[in-house]
Amino acid sequence: MSKDNWKEKFSKLKERDINFSNLSKIKINPLYTPDDNKDFDYEKDLSYPGEYPFTRGVYPNMYRGRLWTMRQFSGFGTPKDTNNRYKYLLKHGQTGLSVAFDFPTLYGKDSDDPMSLGEVGKCGVAIDTLRDMEILFDGIPLEKISTSMTINPPAAMLLAMYIVVGEKQGVPKEVLTGTIQNDMLKEYQAQKTWIYPPEPSMRIITDILEYCSENVPKWNTISISGYHIREAGSTALQELAFTLANGFTYVDYGINKGLPVDTFAPRLSFFFNSHLDFFEEIAKYRAARRIWAKLMKDKYHAQDPKSYLVRFHTQTAGCSLTAQQPENNIIRTAFQGLAAVLGGTQSLHTNSMDETYALPTEKAVKIALRTQQLIAYETGVPNTIDPLGGSYYVEALTDELEKLTYEYFDKIETLGGVVPAIEKGFFQREISRSAYEYQKALEKKEKYHVGVNIFEEKENVEIELLKIPEEVEIDQNKSLKNVKQERNNSKVKSTLIHLRNAAENGENLMPRILDCVREYATLGEMCGTLKEVFGIYKEPIIF
Amino acid sequence: MEKKIRILIGKPGLDGHDRGAKVIAAALRDAGFEVIYTGLHQLSESIVEAAIQEDVDIIGLSILSGAHMTIFPKILDLLKQKNAEHIIVIGGGIIPEEDIKKLLKMGVKRIFTPGAPTNEIVYYIKSIIH
Repeated sequence: MSKDNWKEKFSKLKERDINFSNLSKIKINPLYTPDDNKDFDYEKDLSYPGEYPFTRGVYPNMYRGRLWTMRQFSGFGTPKDTNNRYKYLLKHGQTGLSVAFDFPTLYGKDSDDPMSLGEVGKCGVAIDTLRDMEILFDGIPLEKISTSMTINPPAAMLLAMYIVVGEKQGVPKEVLTGTIQNDMLKEYQAQKTWIYPPEPSMRIITDILEYCSENVPKWNTISISGYHIREAGSTALQELAFTLANGFTYVDYGINKGLPVDTFAPRLSFFFNSHLDFFEEIAKYRAARRIWAKLMKDKYHAQDPKSYLVRFHTQTAGCSLTAQQPENNIIRTAFQGLAAVLGGTQSLHTNSMDETYALPTEKAVKIALRTQQLIAYETGVPNTIDPLGGSYYVEALTDELEKLTYEYFDKIETLGGVVPAIEKGFFQREISRSAYEYQKALEKKEKYHVGVNIFEEKENVEIELLKIPEEVEIDQNKSLKNVKQERNNSKVKSTLIHLRNAAENGENLMPRILDCVREYATLGEMCGTLKEVFGIYKEPIIF
Repeated sequence: MEKKIRILIGKPGLDGHDRGAKVIAAALRDAGFEVIYTGLHQLSESIVEAAIQEDVDIIGLSILSGAHMTIFPKILDLLKQKNAEHIIVIGGGIIPEEDIKKLLKMGVKRIFTPGAPTNEIVYYIKSIIH
């Protein structure tokens, strides 16, 4: 039976009347065959897990050696509330922590700042000073647990607080493991949490790269994040291309600071989304590994193979969850989690079913964690490495995404690179346009979302929700006031002056920030000091 | 010709989630509305100020940060203080049903939650303004 024969038979049969394309608008063929992988060279394009170009995975043993880290992003209310949630998650088999901070903390503002009104402890945990971090990690041994902190403009301060909490527990900074997000480029593009303009932000980031390579060698210094780009509305292709372009920009800035590439590149990590189109997501992770490895080797001439690795965290797509029929979100998330595992993720967060309404309840977050445990312990999926390697479809899709990513790189290059492209609003426009197009596609029913534009039901949603009491803000402000009374205020003042001087004269900021933190300077005081030197960012308004 | 409906889309507070606000702004613009988008990180005071200066018919607030029970009442209160209660306030975001009921009682005209189609929002605004 020949392919032509099949083609002829296929063309005579009916096809469902939908647009067969994925979310990156790549047309999907009814069938993939060896013809779609014509130039395929196993050694060159795939090779073996843990071998260049790492398409099949970053480690030789992958999940045969150790499962991915199950890491649920979590934080709300006061540090005490969140500390309790962490202990709950660890008790139920979670293997790493991931801190969600509230909006004031994310912007480097104190809980008593006028802009913080109504936001304290709502979207995450409120951290004002070292005291709060001491409470947050009380009874949690930092030498055993790795912690990821989603924090960007004040990343240096939160890392400093973590280091000092470690010191107080008797854990030297050399053994601390974890991640700070510290990815400002995607903030300007998508997540929109910023303080300073891009250039000073990049300077702080390279200070962190330098400090950590010498002092906190096991720490992941940047989590180069596609997640928020995707949540803001990009396609999978844009997520892939923009994230990697950002990553290479950090490498450029590190090298320009005079750091040899292999001193910091091995500690760069990545963070991707897992969205609705199953195979597209898997191909995205595989393409990311191959592109990064190739350019780190050929363009940046890194020698240490660790510099070639895309080690990544995955979170399932919050924007794909529906308020309608919320229980369906459990299943949606399970498929997305499975795609992440088939794509070779190093750690995973699975969203909870109730997150279009509020932060998740204990019950909802436990189901989400159990979803990962089902994938890990029941499905058999982790038994073999990259089980989809060699699939005609997945390989063709991986190649296609790689090719289209290089086209985006060229476009960004013609705009002068990532930072100038941000200033020109390029990424913001691309992402807004994709978000709007996706919404229109849903409304025209070119794409489906169950419960939203197909199989809708009239229903009264009745699920239990987490409530953050209004007293959290009052309690947090009270404890901030106490810290300010108990600390040595003249010492605080002098450490802040030293920080300001360091900002002005270009010396590495990390040691100065550590001094401020030890004296219980507040996040707002430290960021405010740097703001005086660095100024603030104003974004171009685009919709 | 019918007068164009003027709407201010606001992102109050520290919330950086602007996907929804921008999609709604673009959809309303394409539906023939005059759309003023405030950009991010606005104080309630400046949103109300802008709404009055721009002489809008309606304010649409997007809040995904959980601060809705603080910000909506504040905006309503400021409008009252400035004798601008004729400006209708609607909103959208991550807002639980229980809170929606309270907000409607306070005087917020309507809250849309994730999954609301843009054409429904367009239709709704036209129906209450004209």
